[in-house]
Amino acid sequence: MATLARLRGRLPGQREEYFHRNRAVDEYRKAEHNAAVRIQSWFRGCRVRAYIRYLNKMMIIIQKWWRGYQGRKHFRKMVETAYFIMKMNFYNEMAVRIQKRWRGYYIRKYIHNYYALKKYLEAISVNNEIVRKELEEFAEMKEKEKEKKDLEREEKKKDHQARKMHYLLSTEQMPGVYNSPFRQSPDPMEVRLRKARPFSHRQQQIKKHLADEISDWPTCTSALTFPTMKPLPPIGRQKPQGPFRDTAEVLQQRYKPLEPTLRVATSINSLEKAREEIKREEWRNRINDNKFLPFSSCHKNQEYDPLIHTSSKYGQMTYGIKHFREEHHEKWVANKDFETVLPSIDLFDKFGQTYSKAGQIV
Amino acid sequence: FCLFSQDLPQNIHLLMYIGVMSLLRPLLLDVVPTIQQTAALALGRLANYNDDLAEAVVKGDILPQLVYSLAEQNRFYKKAAAFVLRAVGKHSPQLAQAIVDCGALDTLVICLEDFDPGVKEAAAWALGYIARHNAELSQAVVDAGAVPLLVLCIQEPEIALKRIAASALSDISKHSPELAQTVVDAGAIAHLAQMILNPDAKLKRQVLSALSQIAKHSVDLAEMGVEAEIFPVVLTCLKDSDEYVKKNAATLIREIAKHTPELSQLIVNAGGVAAVIDCIGNCKGNVRLPGIMMLGYVAAHSENLAMAVIISKGVPQLSICLSEEREDHIKAAAAWALGQIGRHTPEHARAVAVTNVLPLLLSLYMETESSEDLQVKTKKALKNILQKCTYLPALEPLLHDAPPNILKHVVGQFSKVLPHDSKARRLFVTTGGLKKVQEIKAEPGSLLQEYINTINNCYPEEIVR
Repeated sequence: MATLARLRGRLPGQREEYFHRNRAVDEYRKAEHNAAVRIQSWFRGCRVRAYIRYLNKMMIIIQKWWRGYQGRKHFRKMVETAYFIMKMNFYNEMAVRIQKRWRGYYIRKYIHNYYALKKYLEAISVNNEIVRKELEEFAEMKEKEKEKKDLEREEKKKDHQARKMHYLLSTEQMPGVYNSPFRQSPDPMEVRLRKARPFSHRQQQIKKHLADEISDWPTCTSALTFPTMKPLPPIGRQKPQGPFRDTAEVLQQRYKPLEPTLRVATSINSLEKAREEIKREEWRNRINDNKFLPFSSCHKNQEYDPLIHTSSKYGQMTYGIKHFREEHHEKWVANKDFETVLPSIDLFDKFGQTYSKAGQIV
Repeated sequence: FCLFSQDLPQNIHLLMYIGVMSLLRPLLLDVVPTIQQTAALALGRLANYNDDLAEAVVKGDILPQLVYSLAEQNRFYKKAAAFVLRAVGKHSPQLAQAIVDCGALDTLVICLEDFDPGVKEAAAWALGYIARHNAELSQAVVDAGAVPLLVLCIQEPEIALKRIAASALSDISKHSPELAQTVVDAGAIAHLAQMILNPDAKLKRQVLSALSQIAKHSVDLAEMGVEAEIFPVVLTCLKDSDEYVKKNAATLIREIAKHTPELSQLIVNAGGVAAVIDCIGNCKGNVRLPGIMMLGYVAAHSENLAMAVIISKGVPQLSICLSEEREDHIKAAAAWALGQIGRHTPEHARAVAVTNVLPLLLSLYMETESSEDLQVKTKKALKNILQKCTYLPALEPLLHDAPPNILKHVVGQFSKVLPHDSKARRLFVTTGGLKKVQEIKAEPGSLLQEYINTINNCYPEEIVR
C-alpha cells in the first residue's frame, strides 16, 4: 500500500514530466538525427571507399596479369614471325643459288649451247662443201653429156651428109673432092663416104611430103610433139637361122653357180672343230671356277656373322632378336602375358613339315 | 591467103586494111572442113598479133560460133579454135572475161579430155592464158573442173603437153591460197615433184614456177611442197645451164624459206644456202634477184640462221652483187639482205663490216640517182648494221662522209666502244678520227652532242684541244 500511495503521489507530476521529457527529446531530436546521419554517412563513405580501393587493387592485379599474358603472347608471335622471316630469307638465298646454277646450266645446255652451235655451224660448212662439190660434179657431168650429145649430133649430121653425097666418093680413075692427091692422107669425110650407104629414092620423097602438113603449124611451136623414134628395120630382111634360145637363158645355164649339198659342204673335221669351239666358249664365258656343289652343302662351311649394331662388347644384345618390346614383369596384374585373341592358323602350323627337307636350303 | 597471114606483121596490116574480119566470118561456116580450119587458123593468127584485132574478133560475134562448133568438129578444127581462144584471151582481162561469158570454158574442158595430145595442149594453153589475168577468171576456170584434167595432162608422155599443163597450173595457183589449195588437192604436187628430174629445160622452168606459185601462199602449202621431197633435187636445178631454170629454182627456194624459221632451217641443213650462193655467183642480172632475196629471208628469221649464211660465205658474194649490178632493184635487194644478216649481234655486224661494204652502202644512199626504194633500203640496212657494229676500223671511213642522221649512229657506236678499249682509243687518235669528231657541229643537248662528249671524256684535255 505504501508504494501505491507513493506512486499515486507521483501521478500528477507524471504528466508534466512525460511532456517535458518528450519535449526535451524532441528538441534535440533534429540535431541528434543530423549528427547521426552525418556520422553514418561518413562511415558508409569509408566503407565504400575501402571497398572500391580493394576492388581497384584486385582489378590492377588482374589487368596486370592479363596484359602480361597478352604481351608475352604477342612477343612469342613476333619471335615466331621474325624466325620465320629469317628462315625464309635463308631459304630464298639458297634457292637463288640453286636457281642460279640451274638456269646457267639449262640455258647453256638447251637454249644457247655455244659448243653445239659451233659444231652445228662447222657441220653446215662441211655440208656446204660437200653439196658444192657434188653440184660441181653434177654440172660437169651435165656439161660432158651436152658435149657428147653435140658431138653425136655432129656425127649424125655428117653421116647424113655423107649418105646424101655418096657420089663424091673417089674412084680408081678419078680422086674425089675429099681425096686430093696433094694430101698425105684422105680427109675424114672421104672415109665417111666410103662407109656410107646411099639413100634410096623413095625415102627422100616421104621426107618432103611430111613437111607440108598444115595441122602441125598452129599449136606446136616445137618441131614434133611425139617422141622421136629410130627408123624401123626394113620388112623383107633375112631372118636369122634356126630357133635360137634366148641368150640370157643360155648364159644363165652355162654359168650357173655350183650348189653343193650340205653333206658335201661340211668339212671332214667339222665335229672336232665344233667341239673345240664349244670348249673355247666355255673357257671364255666361265666366271666361276668352283665345282658345282649340291644345294644342301651350300652354306655348310659358312659362319653366321652377326650385325655390329646389335652385338655389344658384353655379348649380343637381346633386344631385336629375342624380344622386341620392353616388358616389366613387376607391373603385371596377373602372372601371365597377353592372350592372343586370334586362333592360330592350321596351315601355317604345318609350314615346313609337310614335305621332306631334301630340296630346301638350310 | 590464110597461109599468107603466117608470120609477117606487114601482111596483117594489109589484111586489116582490106577488112578481113568480115570476110573470114562466113568462111567459118563453110561446108569444106579444110576451109573452116584454115579460116580459124587465120583468125587465130590475127588475134594473136594485136589486141585490137582480138577485140574485133569478140565484137564480131565469132566466139559463140567457135564455141558451138568446138564441141562437134574434128581435132584439127578443135586445135585451131582453141588457138583462136588463146590468142584472144591473152591480151587483157576483159577479153578473157568475154570468152568466159560465151561459155567457152566448158568446151575447153571437154577438149582437155580428148585423145589427141595436140588438142589437149591447145585447150590447156587457152585455159592457162585465161586464168593468168586475175583471181575471178582463175576461179571460173577451176569451177569448170579443169584442174583434175590438167593434173592428168601432166602425166602424159608428151613433153610439150606437160609443159603447157604445168604452166596452166602455175597460172591458176598464183592468185590466191584457195586456188593453190584446189590445185594441191587434185594431187598435183607429187607429179610436179617427179618432173623436176626431167632433162627438158623448158619443162623444168614451168614445173619450178608452178611449185613456187603454190608454195608462196601459206606455210602448209610450203610444207606440202617440202614433203614431196624436192630437196635436194632442186639444188641440182640451180646448176642447170638454162638461166630461167636457175631463176625459178631460186624463186621456189625463196618462197619456201620465207615462211618460218623451221623451213629455213631445213633448207640450210640440206646445203641450200651454199648452192644458192654459188648460183648467185654464176649468174648476172635479174636472175640473181630471187637468190639474193632468199638469203635475206633466211637471215631474217634468227641469228643462228644468219650465222649459217655468213659461214657459207654469203656476205662477200652479196657485196659483189651490190657493187657489180646496174639495176636499182637488185641493189636494193642486196642491201636489204645485208641489213638482215648484220642486224642480229655484233658478231654478225662485224662479219658484214669486214667485207668493206659499209662505205658502198653509204655511197649508194648518198647518190642522187638512186631510186627512192634503194635509198630507203640502204638507209635501213646501214642503220641496222651500225647499231650493232663494234668493229671500229670499218666505222672509220664512215666518219668522214656520212650525213648527220647516219653520223649519229656511227659516233654513238664509237662512244660505246672507246671508253673500254685503250688500244682502240690510241688508234682512233692516230687515224685522225678524234680530229674529225671535233669538227662535227652538233646542237647542244642532242644525242650527237652527248656521244661527242662521251668520246671527249675518254681523252685527256690537251689532246682534245
